[in-house]
Amino acid sequence: MIHPIPPGTRDVLPDEMRELRRLQTALLDVFESFDFSEVRTPTIEYADVVERGDDVAPAYRFLDDRGELLALRTDMTIPIARLVATRFGEVEPPYRLSYIANAYKAITPQRAQLREFGQAGIELIGVDGANGAAEVVEVLTKSLEAVGLNRAVIGLGEADLWRCLLSDFAADPALVASTSARLAAHDIVGLELELETADELSLEQTACLMKLIQLRGGPEVIGQARGMGGPAFEASLDSLQGTCDAIAARGGADRVQVDLGLLRDIGYYSGSILEVYDPSVGEIIGGGGRYDGLMSKFGVDLPAAGFTLYLELIHKAQLEQGRTDD
Amino acid sequence: MIDSLRIPGGPLKMAVPRGALLDEILVLLDAIGVETAEVRGDSRSLVFDGGELILVTMRPYDVPTYVEAGAADVGITGKDVLLEQADRKVYELLDLKAGYCRMVLATQKGDEGPAEHQRRLGMMRIATKYPRIAEQYFEENGQQVEVVEVKGSIELAPLVGLADGIVDLVATGRTLKENNLEVRDEIVECTARLVANQVSWKLRSEEIDSLTHRLRAAAG
Repeated sequence: MIHPIPPGTRDVLPDEMRELRRLQTALLDVFESFDFSEVRTPTIEYADVVERGDDVAPAYRFLDDRGELLALRTDMTIPIARLVATRFGEVEPPYRLSYIANAYKAITPQRAQLREFGQAGIELIGVDGANGAAEVVEVLTKSLEAVGLNRAVIGLGEADLWRCLLSDFAADPALVASTSARLAAHDIVGLELELETADELSLEQTACLMKLIQLRGGPEVIGQARGMGGPAFEASLDSLQGTCDAIAARGGADRVQVDLGLLRDIGYYSGSILEVYDPSVGEIIGGGGRYDGLMSKFGVDLPAAGFTLYLELIHKAQLEQGRTDD
Repeated sequence: MIDSLRIPGGPLKMAVPRGALLDEILVLLDAIGVETAEVRGDSRSLVFDGGELILVTMRPYDVPTYVEAGAADVGITGKDVLLEQADRKVYELLDLKAGYCRMVLATQKGDEGPAEHQRRLGMMRIATKYPRIAEQYFEENGQQVEVVEVKGSIELAPLVGLADGIVDLVATGRTLKENNLEVRDEIVECTARLVANQVSWKLRSEEIDSLTHRLRAAAG
């Protein structure tokens, strides 16, 4: 008898389960060694809790037997923000929490995408600025090493750079919004065309903007961007430099690639943003950054930062790494 | 060679479109010093050593699939393909200005125009290989249509009454003329684009930036 399962879901059989369990244990050990304690939240939340955190509506919503609108969580950052706001009122921050859990997203058919996928990550709530970001990068670096991904690279960007440079150039807010969307959609050709035809931008300014998004490498790329814009842009670069310095002070800069064109398409990021790459996997295997505005959406004004690793992709990278090492 | 293709590192892998675009693309690749003689030959191979690049040949429509998955680091394909697969996560880096075509709405010569048809009947049936581009175009224009996806010669559809009109890519317009069709509206102009995998664009930035820079100069 064949009984199908929905597209984008999968069974895990014993051999793979053993490997996945080892992977999870290795990650939890690292999280624990930095004093991040594991928590669990329900797979289903009220839909308005998930929507409060992110601009994008959750893919799977349904009514329960009482007519309440529920949703499958889209990540763990939002449920943990809710948990901290609700449960930790009497406890002094900072809070260091970790998780290993499934999350859910919509998929396009026949694209080999997962709608139920595993995430492992940390949330650091109540430590602001460069220090918080650097601690997150340190835990991330140690996590990648613990699971054997020696070739993995952490991209480090600053969410406000693009917006600040454009507003220093007195660009219209509509242009800032539309070009940010193009950048997030990786449409560099359309981006250049739109900048070239914008009345308020000079040729030199357009050239600066196009150069900015290609600056990626060591911390020296920050120096190459100096002088491009005005005070807002310089302040944004200062912030990125501060994060780089704090990471270096913890001795963890080797894996970090500074990337001035990095812009994540998840709504709640502010300040530092992180992406994790491995040369054997064509997708981003993890991400994170600062989201200082998120907690206040749940009524607690605390800075926050964190990262998440996509477990199926980390496992794939481990297998590829094993194959090439043989 | 086949096994080493799956290991990261080595020359960048470029997905190159077989078909009408190929000749123009090979001229551009020649201009930046890539070895293309083997691809031009009549070999049945799919993978060629181009010196600084490994050239992987495939149908244009498959290029975004390979590049998104990282099976190729970079690729070249038409803007029509990219628009039709707009949800693919690839970087569109450069307009190569080759393979110029127009995506058009065409109906049979002598028929009333689409606007009059819409006014009278309220609904049109459109045959196309590009259902997403077609649907988006009519939605933006507030026109109600029924889009029928076909894979072969689109010109056939209005001739035998499958559809009232077609949305298709036109280079010279000769095929339309020969099938008694005429262009009613131009939807978008399409040229060849250089695309890159999102991870390759970050991890192999120097090589891809250099390739983009040289192709930009060659494309003029």
